[in-house]
Amino acid sequence: MANFKLDAKVPEGPLADKWTSYKDKINLVNPANKRSIDVIVVGTGLAGGSAAATLAELGYNVKAFCYQDSPRRAHSIAAQGGINAAKNYQGDGDSNYRLFYDTVKGGDYRSREANVHRLAEVSGNIIDQCVAQGVPFARDYGGLLDNRSFGGVLVSRTFYAKGQTGQQLLLGAYSAMNRQIARGKIQMYNRHEMLDLVIVGGKARGIIARNLITGEIERHSAHAVVIASGGYGNVYFLSTNAMGSNVTAGWKIHKKGAFFANPCYTQIHPTCIPRSGDYQSKLTLMSESLRNDGRIWVPKNMDDVMAIREGRLKPTEIAEENRDYYLERRYPAFGNLVPRDVASRAAKERCDAGYGVNKTGEAVYLDFKAAIERYGKEQAMIHGLKDASLEKIIDLGTEVIRSKYGNLFQMYEKIVDEDPYTTPMMIYPATHYTMGGIWVDYNLMTTIPGCYAIGEANFSDHGANRLGASALMQGLADGYFVLPYTIGHYLSDDIRTGPIPTDSPEFEAAENSVKEKLDFFVNNKGTHSVDYYHKKLGKIMWDKVGMARSKEGLTEAIAEIKAIRKDFWKNVSVPGDSNDLNPELEKATRVADFLELGELFAKDALERNESCGGHFREDYQTEDGEALRDDVNYAYVAAWEYKGEPSDAVLHKEELEFKDIELKTRSYK
Amino acid sequence: MDLTLKIWRQKNAEDKGGIVDYKVTEISDHMSFLEMMDVLNEQLINTGEEPVAFDHDCREGICGSCSLHINGEPHGPDSGTTTCQLHMRRFNDGDEIYIEPFRAKAFPVIKDLIVDRTSFDRIQHAGAYISVNTSGNTQDANSIPIPKADADMAFDAATCIGCGACVASCKNASAMLFVSAKISQFALLPQGKVEAAERAKNMVTQMDLEGFGNCTNTGACEVECPKGISLENIARMNREYLSASLTTAE
Repeated sequence: MANFKLDAKVPEGPLADKWTSYKDKINLVNPANKRSIDVIVVGTGLAGGSAAATLAELGYNVKAFCYQDSPRRAHSIAAQGGINAAKNYQGDGDSNYRLFYDTVKGGDYRSREANVHRLAEVSGNIIDQCVAQGVPFARDYGGLLDNRSFGGVLVSRTFYAKGQTGQQLLLGAYSAMNRQIARGKIQMYNRHEMLDLVIVGGKARGIIARNLITGEIERHSAHAVVIASGGYGNVYFLSTNAMGSNVTAGWKIHKKGAFFANPCYTQIHPTCIPRSGDYQSKLTLMSESLRNDGRIWVPKNMDDVMAIREGRLKPTEIAEENRDYYLERRYPAFGNLVPRDVASRAAKERCDAGYGVNKTGEAVYLDFKAAIERYGKEQAMIHGLKDASLEKIIDLGTEVIRSKYGNLFQMYEKIVDEDPYTTPMMIYPATHYTMGGIWVDYNLMTTIPGCYAIGEANFSDHGANRLGASALMQGLADGYFVLPYTIGHYLSDDIRTGPIPTDSPEFEAAENSVKEKLDFFVNNKGTHSVDYYHKKLGKIMWDKVGMARSKEGLTEAIAEIKAIRKDFWKNVSVPGDSNDLNPELEKATRVADFLELGELFAKDALERNESCGGHFREDYQTEDGEALRDDVNYAYVAAWEYKGEPSDAVLHKEELEFKDIELKTRSYK
Repeated sequence: MDLTLKIWRQKNAEDKGGIVDYKVTEISDHMSFLEMMDVLNEQLINTGEEPVAFDHDCREGICGSCSLHINGEPHGPDSGTTTCQLHMRRFNDGDEIYIEPFRAKAFPVIKDLIVDRTSFDRIQHAGAYISVNTSGNTQDANSIPIPKADADMAFDAATCIGCGACVASCKNASAMLFVSAKISQFALLPQGKVEAAERAKNMVTQMDLEGFGNCTNTGACEVECPKGISLENIARMNREYLSASLTTAE
């Protein structure tokens, strides 16, 4: 692929008409022919689940794979706050264009215009679809759908189901899958993990999967393969991802020729429960929606900070004038609702300056007192209580907060053992969503013909930063409404192909290489556990490739990751057998991939000499600490081609064109 | 704190299995129960032993993967809590803790503390969906207003995480709470009403085929449910099922 030219295949014509005219012109597959075409979908979260259901609905034979015991447990289930859609039900000025604009701006002008516009166009349909499937979104007293607003926008376009929107949307997609499983159109492979992609004649034609219960290595063929395996935030060891979330499917197709784009774009979510000790296995998110009603602050005076850390003072005892509401101070227009990257860095800046409020100095307050009183007064008016006592007002206001965020507050109380209704929450940024991923063209096809990547697994729609409530939107848009069209165009050439045999040399070779690797792990008898290496990698990633990066730090990180990887392949210890249920072996294969991805991640961060969204280089910032973007030299997608070691990866650039949006400094002041 | 763990070890579905004692030391009260299990497993790996297999994933109380019978209770002593959200501050230095898999005929053990809960999936294949295609050409979402009270009730039923604690806590290993939550969610919404009768019949039939026991109104399921799914759902399911049996032709 020495002279490979990246072609995004964006259709010609005005932005607003591209998707419509594209759909009018693509090739279709006759319903009778769809029955003879097989599609593999790897991952069954919002993107994979909705894609599997829709492809089956259309008539294709779908084989869906997930590592969990049921598709219903995919990590999309943990998304809390909501899903965006340009319905303008609130009449507050929303439109497809505004959603498109906010998303491109929010992504710091590092996403592809045509994809984002399509996303905005189909967003409304997602809500219609989900409601028809019985997703119980929040409603107001008139029986209509309710909305709230999220960071980075000035309209209320976020649809939600309390703090469990991801759960309800995933169960919606899962129910659509159930219908197709019952009809026999989806063959579901639970507790199966894809360990390699099989390419025959230059096209993706199947996968090698491991049955995680029996350890059996299986060959599965298809006319196309869709990767919907989510993000790679677990490269940090500690993240808000599920324990099993991994990069393996994406990394395997990368090694077989799919370019990996913008690996350094990682979203640090500003409102997570702070880390409490070295034993910790993961970080827990508190939905960004809390920033609608919570005010973020740290004490103004260092004496108060010290008194709080030593337990001599409670946050509720600090007078209003001694609090620094630093987001409201620095960003008056957006205040507590600035986008995630801005809010995260501002928290880090205060904590680095010594104002952190917990023992480790890595926490700020998220305070609901003002909202409780405001809602309480409103409720007192509604109930005709003219002279309500402060106590009564607080009771009424607390109820409003409970109905909006009850489950989040309960979760916080269980983990931290403090009541967030009466004392401010402590929060700190944590790794959350990865905007980078497999490079795809407008059709969502990777650089391997017949291999697609959708949802968080691809790089396409969020640019360098993801706005809240956008991930659910992209996952479902790709799965329900985009891929089913684009994949048909490709498969229309496959109606005469017939079933793909699994006894070809390509399948044989892929299976053998998978087996060899598994055998290595169980026979190595080294001295350190898989987690030992994963934690070491995570620490380097967080310290040197985390919220802020520098040239020196990244250079060190690359060398250190290489060293850990070398040690891993020498000294890792994996107990048990490969022909058995063996969670340690599963972890080993995933961490092996993270150890390679981590290096590419750092290499990409080093290459990008600018700050944008989820990539903040300390050497590229303005005087007041804001990100300094370089549109002249870096308005491109960095798509890496695999050439053996990550250090040998070759950079291909997709230059981004902004024809409908003017590139501006992203200001929320 | 230092603890003695009495853990069910079972190599595979055919193995007889039994309790094995382990000691863990220096456990912090801030750890979650599963982080304490991680400490044990790290200890076992370092001595070349096979770690204890248990199901877990999101560790945020929402995916429903984690299970565990802890001192005889599914998800342990706290009410309204999954095992991943149970913290070691609920235990005392020197405690002996029994850790076993969820027990039910329809949840066979796969290995150690992992059980097979795919019977829940098969019940859902029998009708836990609304038969609408995924074209997106559905009517506008606001074209059918739904009273807030109904939407809230449907939501409450829909918060079930499918963990199976209801089954594991029931002396009859009944899946009625789980199944009724699914049936309720759809029965309470106008979109789900059209197929409500068929759904109730088919899902109940599948539930029985899977080998779950009957409900005798003991209520242990509601007590142990980490998401507070109410017994009212079972009453609603019974009404749905009865009316379906009376009104639809075979």
